[in-house]
Formats: sequence, C-alpha cells, structure tokens
Amino acid sequence: MTTTKGEALPISVRNVTKTYGPVHALDDVSLDVESGEFLTLLGPSGSGKTTLLMVLAGFTRPDRGSLKFGDREVIRTPPHLRDVGMTFQSYALFPHMTVAGNVGYPLKLRKVPKAELERRVEGALETVQLGGFGSRRIDQLSGGQKQRVAVARAIVFEPRILLMDEPLSALDKKLRDQMQIELRHLHEKLGMTTVYVTHDQREALTMSDRIAVVNHGRIMQLSTPRDLYERPANRFVADFIGDSTFLAVTRRGAQIFHGDMALRHDAPPPDADNLLMMIRPERVVLSRNGPQDGANNFTATASEVVYQGDSFLLHARLADGDMVAIRGAMRGENVTSLPAVGDALTLCVAPEDTVLIDGSDA
Amino acid sequence: MNQDGLRLDERLERLKLFGLASPAILLILVILVVPVGWLFYVSFVGADGSYSLENYERMWKRRSYARIFRTTFEVSFLTTGLCILIGYPLAYFIAGLPGRLANLCLITVLLPFWTSLLVRTYAWLVLLQKRGLVNEWAISLGLWDEPIKIVHNMTGNLIGMVHIMLPFLILPVYGAMRAINQDYMKAAANLGASPRRAFWTVFFPLTLPGLFAGSLMVFILCLGFFVTPAVLGGGKVIMVSMKIVSNIELFVNWGAASALGVVLLVLTVAILWVASRFLNLENMTAGGGH
Repeated sequence: MTTTKGEALPISVRNVTKTYGPVHALDDVSLDVESGEFLTLLGPSGSGKTTLLMVLAGFTRPDRGSLKFGDREVIRTPPHLRDVGMTFQSYALFPHMTVAGNVGYPLKLRKVPKAELERRVEGALETVQLGGFGSRRIDQLSGGQKQRVAVARAIVFEPRILLMDEPLSALDKKLRDQMQIELRHLHEKLGMTTVYVTHDQREALTMSDRIAVVNHGRIMQLSTPRDLYERPANRFVADFIGDSTFLAVTRRGAQIFHGDMALRHDAPPPDADNLLMMIRPERVVLSRNGPQDGANNFTATASEVVYQGDSFLLHARLADGDMVAIRGAMRGENVTSLPAVGDALTLCVAPEDTVLIDGSDA
Repeated sequence: MNQDGLRLDERLERLKLFGLASPAILLILVILVVPVGWLFYVSFVGADGSYSLENYERMWKRRSYARIFRTTFEVSFLTTGLCILIGYPLAYFIAGLPGRLANLCLITVLLPFWTSLLVRTYAWLVLLQKRGLVNEWAISLGLWDEPIKIVHNMTGNLIGMVHIMLPFLILPVYGAMRAINQDYMKAAANLGASPRRAFWTVFFPLTLPGLFAGSLMVFILCLGFFVTPAVLGGGKVIMVSMKIVSNIELFVNWGAASALGVVLLVLTVAILWVASRFLNLENMTAGGGH
C-alpha cells in the first residue's frame, strides 16, 4: 500500500438552497461532516441526496449557501480545482484508456513523474485487490472490477475527501454485500472524509458512522445508524429505515394510551399533538404463556403467516382492527408449531421497544 | 429423439431465409455486379475494338490526366478539411443543446440535405457571382471595395462542395458526441482536468471514430463529384468525373471513360480498405441514426 493516510478534512455545508423552477431540490441545508467520518446521505429518489453530493463535487451550482472544506470556502471553486475524489454510479471509466490509464489519469494531470506514477497506480490497484490488472481494457472487466477501478482512480491522488454516488447499485446482491465491507475497511485504512449516497437503507446502516436521512431537499434526521433505527425523529425516518408498524396513540394527561391501555415506554414522548407508536416487527414477542409482566400486551388474531426459511413473518389484527407485523427467528418452538391463520395471539412489546414519535409529518 | 426432424427444420429455415433475400441478391447482381464487370471489360477495349491497354497507357503518359487526378484529390482533401473545421464545432454546439433545440438545429442542418443538389449549386452561383448578394453586401459593409472573384474558380467550388458535404460529416460526429456518457466529463473534471484538458484527453478521443467515419464519407463522395465543380468551378476545376463526361460527350471514347471510372473505383476501394483497418466500417452507419 503506497497510498498514505492524508490529512482528512471536515466539510461544512451552510444554508445551501437549490431550486429547479418551483421545486426545492435542496431547501436550506446545513450539515457538518467531521474529519475522517463516513457519512451517508440516505433518501428515496428525488429526495435531493444526489443534488447535495453534486454541490459538494461542484457539478451543481446552488442558488445560495456556503460550502467549506476545512477552512477553505469552495462554493465558487470549479470542480477540477476542488481536489476531492469521486466515484460515479455509472463508474465513468474512460473507455479509450486501459485500467492503468484511468487510474493514472489524475496523477498525469498533477504532473507526477513517470516512475512514481506507475508505482502509485499499481499501489492503488493493489489496494482494491486488482494488482496486475493495469493493462486490461475497461470493457474486459466485470461490474465488480469496474467498481474497484473507479475506487482506485478516486483515491490514487490521495484526496482528503471522497464522494461516492450509489457506487454499488449496479452490482448483484452478493457482490454488493462483499463490497460494502471492503469499502468500509478501505475507509478505515485511508481515513479520508467520505460522503456516500445511497437509497439502500441496509447499506447505509452497514457502512456509516452517521447517516443523514434526506427527503424533499431537507435533512430529516442526522444521527448514528443505531440511533436512527432505535429513535427515529419522525414518521418518515421510521418508515424509511427498517420495517415498522405504526399505531395511533393518544395523550391523556401525562399518560399515553393505545385504546384503553396505558402504554409503558422508556423514553419521554415527543412534544407533539399527533403521536404514533412505532413497533419494529422483530421486537414483538409472540408469547405462548399469556401476558408478560412489565410489557405492553396486545391480544390479536393471526391473519397471515409467511415462512421465510430463516425466519417467519406474521401479520396480526388487533382488537381495534389495526395490523401489526411480527418477525421471528425460525427456531425452538416456532419450528415445531408456527401459529396458523385465525389463531389467537398475545403480542408483547417491552417498554424500551415502545417508541413514540411525532406523527404529524407523514 | 426427433434429431432428423429438427435438422430438417433448421435446413428449411435457412432455405426460407435465402428465399426472402433472393430478390435483393438478384437486384444487386443485375444493377451492380454486371455493370461494373461491363465497365472493366470496356476499359480494356481499344479504339480498334480489340483487347488493349491503351486506355490505361494514355492516362499514364498524358500529363493532363495526372493534373486531373491531383485536382480531384486536392479538392477532396480541402473539402474534407474544411468540413471538419466547420462541422466539428457545429456538431459540438448542437450536442450541447437541450433535446428539442438540438433536434431543431439538426433539421436546419438536414434541410439543405433534402434539397436538390442542382438547386443548391445554382443558388450558390447566384449568391457568389460578381454582382451577387455576397459581393454587394461585403462592399456595402466595407469589407472589400471591388467585387472579388469568388465563383468560377476553386474558391466557389469549395464553398459549394463544403456546403453540400457538411451534413455527411456532422451527422456521424453528432452521433458520436451524443453517445458520450456525461459522467465522463464530470469524472475528468473531478480528477483535476480543466475543461480544455478534459476536452482533449477525454471528449475528443471518444468522438474520433465518428469524425473518422464522417471524414471518410465526405472524402469518398468528393472523389466522384461532378455537378458542383462543373457549375461553380467555371472550367478551372477539372475533376475525374468531368473528364469522364467529356470523354464520352466530346470524344465518344467509351474505353477511355471506362478506364477512368475503373481507376476511380479502384482508388476508392483502396482508400476504404486502408481506412477499414483503422476503424470498424459499421460505425459509419451507426453514427448517423439520430
């Protein structure tokens, strides 16, 4: 490995707005990415996550706002002077150059002497486990290899910031899972500040130090993967990340009720009129021995049971007609006797798994 | 199981395919292979009606023929060069426009393409003549004082030919440009290339097949050009095609005319053969389909 650990740079985005006609692609976005952090912009298509990345790279000119790499204001700096590495969804490898030609391109532009250039190209290729591939043509590579070359090209000039636009979306699932881990290791090794765009919530959870969930050109929540999953700030985040069931609840005095049942919950409810209770399917316990002490107990009827090999998915109807999803591992009792459609069930949700969120923002 | 039946089906299928293609094959045979064969034959018949090489010997010995061939190649080279100089930037400009506007511009490029060659040539004659629009405007604008001679010479001929040939260059070049993934230019910029650098290291090389195809097409079409040099060249630009005509109309010498035709054909095929070693000929048609 010849690529040395460069001094990573923090990124500071302030009040960046970009409109396309009446559409706010970015609506007064402010964001801090810490030095050396792996931050993911996660959101559905059209949410503005790619626009934000393009602003960072310099390909989209915002209407207003400030962008700093370290102490340097770069909002008006053209892309070729920003000195950030980037990988594209389409890889954007130059088809008229070899692998080495592609990876050496940024070094050639920086007038790196030939011997050093060759050494660094080979080093970068070895970093992505493509040592010896330099003379291959681009069209001779598989999708995964192209992805690695794109990464090698983006890191070979030792940028202090790396931007990645849905780098794995064109790969099949197995390769994607493998590349996720590889990119994560690479980040740990090189330590450059990384901004990663994806619409795949599982990918975001797997790879990121922090995730910014983006929708309608705004950042809905910026937090660690665990915090986003366990304590989503609003319904959009709760819905977008992981599977979840929402139940309408009401506030009476200091208590929160689902129907007539006072809920036990650990975290204080948000200060909102319209409250929802969020339950993750895998946190619901299917109790075979009736209600459990200290938990929120619901009686329900099984309405659909799906066997999925390693787990089962069960949809149950509560007494008031609301549907709840339950996921459980296929082991123990479940292997021998999975509930059947129509069975009466007792569902238990522990207080720490009873998450109350502001439901006004659908 | 069923081996014989399946093999029979395959043979029948191939036979049907050949049956479908046979009218076209016949047509090519009748209007292409036979006439070209006839052309070759006539070119080897002397004035006395016997087999002879005199038609080719004449071309070799007379200096006027050498000059005609030189003029033909000169005109073709110049026209191709000017088409590249004008057509490439134009194609670049159109390729950068948003979809609808680009189509509109392409149509304006193609419009003259659909107009009769003769009409366009005579239109240039009207524009370029001594008291034509170009001279009068230039004088009234003070660009030059006296009417200058821009027709009935090489200049006029080149103006006309470049205008006529331009679409053949623009279409494949435009096609090649449109096929370039926009991310390539972004990647080049991101990696540190200035817009100029990105153009010369990434964009231009990727348009080369289209440019090459277009240039080849223009060059080869120019070699056989007749109407435009005849009208706008004013007798000063004699190309091979014109010599062929005069050999037949003036001297009624079919042998000499055929020999010229054969030489032109052989040269064209030779150029195509050399060019095909550098580029896939399929690109020539693939580029223009937009």
